Amino acid sequence: MKHILQIIGVGALSISAAFFTLGQPRAAEVIKIGAVAPKTGPLAGGSTVSHWPNLKLWVSQVNGRGGLKLKSGRAKIELIEYDDRTNPGETIKAVQRLATQDKVDFIIAPYGTGLNLAAAPIFAKYGYPQISVTAITDKVPELTKRYPGLFFMLGNTTAFTQSVADILKKLVADGKIGNRVAMVNVADAFGIELANAARPVFKAAGLDIVYDKSYPLGTQDLSPVVKGAKAANPDAFIAWSYPPDTFGLTAQAKIVGLNVKAFYTAVATAFPVYAGKFGGAIENVLGAGGINPDTAEMKAYRKAHKEVTGKDADYWASAVVYASLQILEQAIEAVGSKDRKAVTAHIKANSFDTVIGPVKFNNQNNDKFWTVGQWQNGVFYGVSSTGRPGARSVRLKSGW
Amino acid sequence: MDIIIGGILLGGTYVLMALGLQLQYGVARIMNLANGEILVAGAFGAFWFYSGFQVNPFLAIMVIIPLAFILNWGIYRYLLAPLVRRAKSRGQLEVDSILATFGLSFILVGLMLAVFGGDYFSYAYLESAVIILEQPYGLDRIAAFCASAALCIVLILWLNHTRSGLALRAVAVNPAAASLVAIKVSRTSALAFAIGGAVTASGGALLSMFLTFDASIGVIFTLKALIIVILGGVGEIRGTIAAAFMLGLAETAVASLIDPGLTLAAAYLLFVVILLVRPQGLFGGRT
Repeated sequence: MKHILQIIGVGALSISAAFFTLGQPRAAEVIKIGAVAPKTGPLAGGSTVSHWPNLKLWVSQVNGRGGLKLKSGRAKIELIEYDDRTNPGETIKAVQRLATQDKVDFIIAPYGTGLNLAAAPIFAKYGYPQISVTAITDKVPELTKRYPGLFFMLGNTTAFTQSVADILKKLVADGKIGNRVAMVNVADAFGIELANAARPVFKAAGLDIVYDKSYPLGTQDLSPVVKGAKAANPDAFIAWSYPPDTFGLTAQAKIVGLNVKAFYTAVATAFPVYAGKFGGAIENVLGAGGINPDTAEMKAYRKAHKEVTGKDADYWASAVVYASLQILEQAIEAVGSKDRKAVTAHIKANSFDTVIGPVKFNNQNNDKFWTVGQWQNGVFYGVSSTGRPGARSVRLKSGW
Repeated sequence: MDIIIGGILLGGTYVLMALGLQLQYGVARIMNLANGEILVAGAFGAFWFYSGFQVNPFLAIMVIIPLAFILNWGIYRYLLAPLVRRAKSRGQLEVDSILATFGLSFILVGLMLAVFGGDYFSYAYLESAVIILEQPYGLDRIAAFCASAALCIVLILWLNHTRSGLALRAVAVNPAAASLVAIKVSRTSALAFAIGGAVTASGGALLSMFLTFDASIGVIFTLKALIIVILGGVGEIRGTIAAAFMLGLAETAVASLIDPGLTLAAAYLLFVVILLVRPQGLFGGRT
């Protein structure tokens, strides 16, 4: 008797469950998307500005529209986030977990060059497309050949150094500055690669590197570096720097009175907190990245970013991270299913309308990107790019 | 001359990082790996006061010191005292406290992340130049140096000229013997730990004037503090101060005269040489 009751009970439950699903056949469909990037560790400061807020913004916008349009109906995004503690081993483990345990449909590319490259084999193994944004390297052709689902969006080392060289060369040719350049770099993979790429490029541009030193990551006192650069009496100061030292070098240059007409620091120059700290003093400071803030798409994006995440987007990678999500969204909707192979093929073959303008991958590489920006009247405008319209002309810096 | 002044200013910064750890390790025998996180918490405190209420870091310290004191007292009382009680030897206590405070550092990072987020934090206070002997120096660094000097003087006076200071030194030398002369070792240790934490947090508040920080940067400061404490000799405040200035001078000299890229190498070379010549540290007594 007891047995029969149990069977009836289970039967009733399953019938009601069936009714429930029949009543709302499609609303329950979700598309699981995984994300792994630093929330702690050395790169957390950068990913918190450029990476995570865009995921939040994108998911809230897509779900606000009712979800991604698949052939089977709308699917809301369920985002699964992992912190890799800026440790490549953790990145790999998290991607593996997302693929095998959480069984997500797509995975957002990690943050940072090293972590993206570390994760590339595991993305390839499980057949996930990896649209890397915050990965800058000269090895793009080799890597994309090896990993058919790997895409690059933000540019390569040589283009970044070439643009800086071109800007300085033009200023020298116009008679606005002399050709003496002081160059420093952070002694970390990123800084070393850029400095090595810059030396021959600067020389070819007729620039004279009068000071060329590196400093360790996490240096607490950068005044000897800036004083050394000043003693070399340069016309331009170029620093291939990381976030904490970008702030430190700028502060020291201000204190020491390093009054060059062209002052360039790399990563974090485009961060809102940079302007927040230094205010008007950074007028005409040059830095890596830049955007065209005047397009309607960019204006709408920056407004939505502020509204949804509560903070301003940076003037470089933020918009490109968002563009990479738009590309994924458009590809999934065009294919109309969670078929990763078809989505990857679609990304390779088509052009996408994004916040940074149209993006068409050329051998899995976006070759139209901003390289140098400049703070002008409190906004960091792109002044040099490899084929993006709207570049402003470079101005000379006059004191701090 | 530029090198000497620059080195002394950097040394002052290092004193702020290491002095608190010295009190905690030298007296309370707790190798506090969450030292850097306490420092960053102090920096966040100063940032919060400055950006939210336009309160300058020096006034903020007046609030941060008692808060950090209470927090660290609590940490010692409820988290570390049980370890102290059950530890059979000093070695075991060190291992246990390293593990416990290592875990604590993750908790603190997580808390700061939850409260402030993972962004970089930086603000400009006293960021102007002061000309000393025709060379410009940051006023923020000079101010931090003066505050750290004041802190050292107060600490040394207190340790050498008060009864509670004497008790602290007695525990540092020999906890077992100290308890024989009616010193409450557990209370004195808690006091040392709490004062150490307060010193570290106020150091963080001062450093925040010119260092860019984020929630998970603490480990950098822990490592630097560790080197300085070992260099100076465990349980020796003067040793820590001397080691901090030595390191500051050495790094600045190498950066100015040879190559800024070699500062880390110079710091570790100095560390190795001192350990080889005087394993007990600069001022450390023989054990």
